[in-house]
Amino acid sequence: MTILANGLVIVFISVGVLFIVVTAIGLLRLPDLYTRAHAASKSATLGVMCVLIGVFFHFWLIEDHFNPRILLGILFLFITGPVGGHIMTRSSYIAGVKPWKGTVRDDLASEIEKMKKEQGIK
Amino acid sequence: MTTFIITAIVVICLSMIAVIYRMVKGPSASDRVVALDSLGVSLISLIGLFSVLVETSFFLEIVLLLAILSFIGTVAFSKFIEKGDIIKRDNSR
Repeated sequence: MTILANGLVIVFISVGVLFIVVTAIGLLRLPDLYTRAHAASKSATLGVMCVLIGVFFHFWLIEDHFNPRILLGILFLFITGPVGGHIMTRSSYIAGVKPWKGTVRDDLASEIEKMKKEQGIK
Repeated sequence: MTTFIITAIVVICLSMIAVIYRMVKGPSASDRVVALDSLGVSLISLIGLFSVLVETSFFLEIVLLLAILSFIGTVAFSKFIEKGDIIKRDNSR
């Protein structure tokens, strides 16, 4: 039973560490801010959720200590990770960071032009 | 099991060094904010693995606290980049 629990913990922590390494590679190698923010927000959230699920199973199955604070942390990260990524990307678009030159379509530009015209900015 | 946890901690520290390189180098301020948010997420998982390594559950409140502080920091930096100030001071009253 201990071997089975250890295997479960090792699988979850391995998947989480793999996704965090993918995040670091994406932040180093991708060309502009929007692709880097996409890599950072999604895969980092999934990686830390898998690591914390592994920690939760370790404390529950091996040390016999049910810890609801980790579940609360996983829920909080699941809600706020994509929201934070969206806020960062939108604020940097409004502040005027240019996309990469290989970007195919840009749906937000016309919307922001319409919003500025309605509110009378510039 | 201990060897596996130490290996995972070392791999996460290496990826944190890569993220710190992006945070120092990053061409604009938004790149630095993205790297800082990713650094906070890596730090949360590092604390979880460290509490497994030393077999105590006293560090697990820090996970929740760091998640909240990281989110508030991200929102504050984003508002600063977008508008130039964090708390809007209106002179209408």
